[in-house]
Amino acid sequence: MSPVGDDTALLPHDEAYDERAFGFWLYLMSDAIIFALLFATYQIMAGDIAGGPQGSDLFSLPHTFGETLLLLTSSLTFGLASLALDAGNRRRVLAWLGVTFVLGLGFLAMEIHEFHGMITRGAGPDRSGFLSAFFTLVSTHGLHVSAGLVFILVMTVQVVVKGLSRPVSSRLERLGLFWHFLDIVWIGIFSVVYLPGILR
Amino acid sequence: MDACNLIRAPILHPAGPVALAERDLLFTAVFVMLVVVVPVFVMTFLFAWRYRASGGRGRYTPNWYYSGKVDAIIWLVPALIVVVLGYLLWTETHKLDPYRQLVSGTEPLEVEAIAQDWKWLFIYPELGVASVNELVFPSNRSLSLKITSDTVMNSFFIPALGGQIYAMAGMQTRLHLLADKPGCFRGRNMQYSGHGFPEQRFAVRALAKEEFDAWLSRARKSPEKLDMAAYRALAAPSVDHPVSYYSGVAPRLYDSIIEKYAGKHPE
Amino acid sequence: MDMRILGRLTAADALPFYSWVAVGGAVVTVLGLLTIVGAITFLRKWRYVWTEWMTSLDHKRIGIMYVMLALVMLVRGFVDAIMMRAQQAVALNSTGYLPPEHFDQIFSSHGTIMIFFMAMPFLTGLINIIVPQQIGARDVAFPFMNSVSLWLTAAGAGLVLISLVVGRFSTAGWTGYPPYSGAEYNPGVGVDYWIWAIQVSGIGTTLSGINFIVTILKRRAPGMKLMRMPLFCWTTLATSILMIFAFPALTVTTALLALDRIFDMHFFTNAGGGNLMNYINLFWIWGHPEVYILILPAFGIYSSVVSTFAAKRLFGYKSLVYATMAIALLSFTVWLHHFFTMGAGAGVNAFFGIATMVIAVPTGVKVFDWLMTLFRGRITFHPSMLWALGFIVTFVIGGMTGVLLALPPADYLMHNSTFLVAHFHNMLIPGALFGYLAGYMFWFPKAFGFTLDERWGKGAFWCWIIGFYLAFMPLYVLGFMGMARRMERYEISAWQPFLLIAALGAVVILAGITCLVIQLVVSIRKRNEKRDLTGDPWDGRTLEWLTSSPPAPYNFAVLPQVRDIDALHDMKRHGSVYVRPKQYEDILLPINTGAGVLIGGLAFVFGFSAVWHIWWVAAAALLAILATAAARSFRDKTEFCLTGSKVQEIENRHFRDLAREGVL
Repeated sequence: MSPVGDDTALLPHDEAYDERAFGFWLYLMSDAIIFALLFATYQIMAGDIAGGPQGSDLFSLPHTFGETLLLLTSSLTFGLASLALDAGNRRRVLAWLGVTFVLGLGFLAMEIHEFHGMITRGAGPDRSGFLSAFFTLVSTHGLHVSAGLVFILVMTVQVVVKGLSRPVSSRLERLGLFWHFLDIVWIGIFSVVYLPGILR
Repeated sequence: MDACNLIRAPILHPAGPVALAERDLLFTAVFVMLVVVVPVFVMTFLFAWRYRASGGRGRYTPNWYYSGKVDAIIWLVPALIVVVLGYLLWTETHKLDPYRQLVSGTEPLEVEAIAQDWKWLFIYPELGVASVNELVFPSNRSLSLKITSDTVMNSFFIPALGGQIYAMAGMQTRLHLLADKPGCFRGRNMQYSGHGFPEQRFAVRALAKEEFDAWLSRARKSPEKLDMAAYRALAAPSVDHPVSYYSGVAPRLYDSIIEKYAGKHPE
Repeated sequence: MDMRILGRLTAADALPFYSWVAVGGAVVTVLGLLTIVGAITFLRKWRYVWTEWMTSLDHKRIGIMYVMLALVMLVRGFVDAIMMRAQQAVALNSTGYLPPEHFDQIFSSHGTIMIFFMAMPFLTGLINIIVPQQIGARDVAFPFMNSVSLWLTAAGAGLVLISLVVGRFSTAGWTGYPPYSGAEYNPGVGVDYWIWAIQVSGIGTTLSGINFIVTILKRRAPGMKLMRMPLFCWTTLATSILMIFAFPALTVTTALLALDRIFDMHFFTNAGGGNLMNYINLFWIWGHPEVYILILPAFGIYSSVVSTFAAKRLFGYKSLVYATMAIALLSFTVWLHHFFTMGAGAGVNAFFGIATMVIAVPTGVKVFDWLMTLFRGRITFHPSMLWALGFIVTFVIGGMTGVLLALPPADYLMHNSTFLVAHFHNMLIPGALFGYLAGYMFWFPKAFGFTLDERWGKGAFWCWIIGFYLAFMPLYVLGFMGMARRMERYEISAWQPFLLIAALGAVVILAGITCLVIQLVVSIRKRNEKRDLTGDPWDGRTLEWLTSSPPAPYNFAVLPQVRDIDALHDMKRHGSVYVRPKQYEDILLPINTGAGVLIGGLAFVFGFSAVWHIWWVAAAALLAILATAAARSFRDKTEFCLTGSKVQEIENRHFRDLAREGVL
C-alpha cells in the first residue's frame, strides 16, 4: 500500500508538527542524559591526572571567556532569527542564521585551537584519565555544535528554496531548541570544567 | 589440593562463622518468602483447575474486578515481608561487612593477596614468606586479607569460609575470614579473566598451630626469594601454576603493585 | 591510528580457521544468507520484498520484520546456548570439544544476541504491531523514524552475525567489563564488534522509545484517557521512558570504551588514571533499567492474555498501572546490586539492597492481580494462557532467588556463580521470552489473518517449560557447589551430573524450538482453514480486535470512541461495535521510502569499518548518513491520500467477511 508519485504527495496533518516538537524534546532529554553522564565521569576523573598536567596548568580564562561569549551571543542571534521567523521576515531570518553560523564557527575554531595547543604540549586525551574525560566531554559538545552548524546550513538552503513554509518553520523551531540546548550544556561545561580548573 | 576431602557444596556446609552467618541469612530469607511463594503456587493451580472453561466448578463473575480489601492485602503482605527482610538486610549487611575485623582470641594473621594471570600470590608480611596458589593459615585465628590485582578485575572467593570480593588493580579491598577447625578448602577467582580462568584456583589450608609452624618452616627453607625480578617473572601469564613458596619478600612489594596503577595526584 | 587502506583487515586475521566449529558456524551463516537471497531471486520476489516490506513505513509491517529478526536471532542465540551446555557437559578434566577462546566468544555472543537482538526486537516488534491499534491510532507518530530504528537494529544484528565469518567476536561477556575488554588485554576485533553492534542498535532503540512515547501520549483515539489504556500500552509507555533515559548510559559506556581502545584514552584502563569502577556503574545504570525494558512489555502481554482467556476484566487495573510505573521509577535506583562485591561500605550496600527488595512489592502486586483475574474467571487454555500460567509459577521462583541476591551478605556467596546465571535466566525466560511467545501466538492472527496451530503451540510450551526447569534448576544447585559462571572446563567431578541434566534441558528446549517451527509451517499450510475473518478470534476486549486481520493500512476507517477500560468489550456490551458511517473520510498515510534501509545499511558499513579501523570508509559512511538525513529533511510532503471511496472498498470487503461469519 503506497507510492503514488510526488505529484500526489501531501503535507502531514497539522498535529504532526506538535508531535515532532514533543519528540524533539524527548530527544533532547535523552541527549541531556548523555551529557549528564559525561559530566559525572569528568567529576569522577578530575583528579586522575596520572602525574600529568591538571586543569590549572592548561585552561586559560580569557580563552574560555571568549568561547563563552561567542556561543552565548550566537544563542541571542538565533533568538533574533526566531523573532524574524514569527514576523515572517525571510531575509532577516537568513541574515540572523548567517550571523549565528559565523559565531558558532568562531566558537568551534577557538575550541580546535585550544585542543591543538594542549595536544602539542603533550596534554592530549591519552595522557591521563582526567584529560580523556575532559576531551570527551568538551568535544562531544563540540561535535553537537558542528552538527548544529550543518543543521543551520541545511535550513538556510531550505529557507532560500522553500521559504518560511509550515514544515520549514517547524524545523527551524526545533533547530532553535537544539541550539539553545547546546548553550545550556556549555554553561555547564564552563562552570564544572573550566571555572574550578582555573580557580584551583 | 589433592590430599584433602573437599566439601561437595561448600556454601551449604560452611567451615567458618562468616560463611555460616551468610548461609543462615539465605535460609531465613527463603523461609520468609515462602509466605508469598506458596500461596502463588497454590492459587495458580487451584484457580486454573477450578475456573477452567471446560467444566470447572468455580463461579464465573465477569464483572468482578476490584475489591479494596483484596487490593490492600495484595499490597500490604509483600510490603510487610520486605520490611522484615529489609530490617534483616540492614543489620546483617553491617554485621557481615567484609571490611569488619573479626573478634577472635588472638591477633588476626595478615595476608596480602595479589591476583595475576592466572594465579594468586599470597604474601605474609609478618612472616616474610610468600606462596603461590596456596593460602595457609592457622585455624581459629582470624585471617585479615588485603586484596589487589596486577591484571584485570578478579574476584577472590573461598566459598567454605565466606563471601567474595573483587580484586582491582590500583585499589585494595579487604576481607576477614575465620576457619573454625583445621581443614582444606578451595578458593578461586570468580570473575572471568581470560583463557586461564578455569584453572585460576588455589588451595586453602587452615592448619592447627603446630602444623602451621611446620608449614612455615618449610616455606622459609625455599631457595626462592620474591624480589622485583622474581615478581615480574611470576606475574607473566601462566596457566595452572604449581604451588610454590618464597622464603623472602621484597619490602613494600604489595604496596608497590598498587601504586604502579594509582593515577591520583597527591592531595 | 591505523591508516592502511583496509585498516587491520587481513585474510589471516579475518577468517575463522582457528576452530572447525567456527568454520562450521561461518558456513551456516553464509549459506543461510545465500538461501534467503537465492529464494527471493528464484521466486522473483525482490520487487515485492523491497516495495511492500523493506521500504514500508506501515507500523504493522515494521513490527513483523522486527519479530522475524528476533526469531532468527533466537535460533542463533540458542545454538550458542546448546553449544555451551554441551561443552560443560563433557569438559570435566578435559578441554571439551570447543577450542580455547571459542567458548568465551560463545558466552559473549549468546548474551549479547539474546538481549539486544532477540529480546529487544521481539518486544519492539510486538509493540509496533499492537500498541497503535490498542490505542485506536492509525499509525505511530514517526513512521519514517520507525523504519530507521528497525534497520539500525538489523545493522547491529548483522554486525554480530558477520563477526562469525569475518574475524572474531568478543570474549569479554555480554557486559564487556574492562580492563579485560580494553586494548591492553584484548587487542583484537572481538570487543569492537560487540561495541559497534550495540552502539548502532542502541541508537535505534532510543529512537523507538521516543516514537512510542509520542504515539501513546499524542495519538490516542477520542475518549481513550490514559487510565483507560490497555495495560500493554502502559507497560510500553514505561518501557519507552526507560529506553530514552537508560540507553544513553549504554551509549556513553560503550563509546568511552571505544575511545580507550581506539585513541588510547584512560577511562577504564588499569594505568593512566583509568577507573574501571566507573564503567561498571555506568553499565548497570543502563543495565538494570534494561531488565525492566525487557520484562515490562511481557507483563503487559500477560495482562492482555490473562484477561482475555479468563474472559474477565483485569483485577485491580489501577494497582497494575501504579505498580508498572513504580517499577519503572525504582529500576533506576538499584544498579549497584550488580556489584555488591566491589567493596562499597555496608551502608551503601544495604541501601541498594533494600531498594532492590522494594521492587519486589509492585512485582508481587502484579502477580496477585493476575491471579485475582483468574479467580472466578472462565479459563480457556489457549497456548498463550499456558505461557502466562507457566510464567506466574516459574517467575516467583526467580523472584525469590532475586531477593536472595539482593541481600548483600548472601550475594557475596552467590555472585558470579551459576546461581546468578540461573536467576537471571529464571527472570528473562519465563518473565520476558514466555511473554513474547504468548504475544506471538495471541496476536499472530492479527498480523497475518490466520491463527496458529494450538496443538503444536502447547507442545512448544511444555517442551520449553520442562526444558527450562531441567536446564536451570541444576545451575542453582551448582551455585551452592561453588561453580563460577563462564567456565570452559573444570576439575570437580561432582559438578558433572548436574551439568549433564542442564544439557538435557537444553535438548528439551531444542524440541520446544522445533515445535515452534513446525507450528509455523503447519499453520501456514492450513491457513485457509485457520482464517480469521472477523478480526476477533478470541472474543477480544481491546481495540486491536476491532480491526480486520490483517488490518487495513490505516487500521481504523473511523476512529473508535472509547468509553471504558477494555474498550472493545464495552462496545460489544452496548452493541456499538461494527457500526458503519454514511461516508468514509479520506485518510493520510505515509509514503514508503528506502531511506531507512539506506541509513541502516550505511550504519552497518560504518560499524564494520570501525571494527577493522578502515577509517576512510567509516567517515564516508557517516557523512553519507548525514547526507541522507539532510536530503530526507527536504521532503515536506511525506503522505499520500487514501480516498474515502478506496477506504469504503476495503471496508466493504471486511464487512462482507464479518457478515459471512455471522457477526453482524
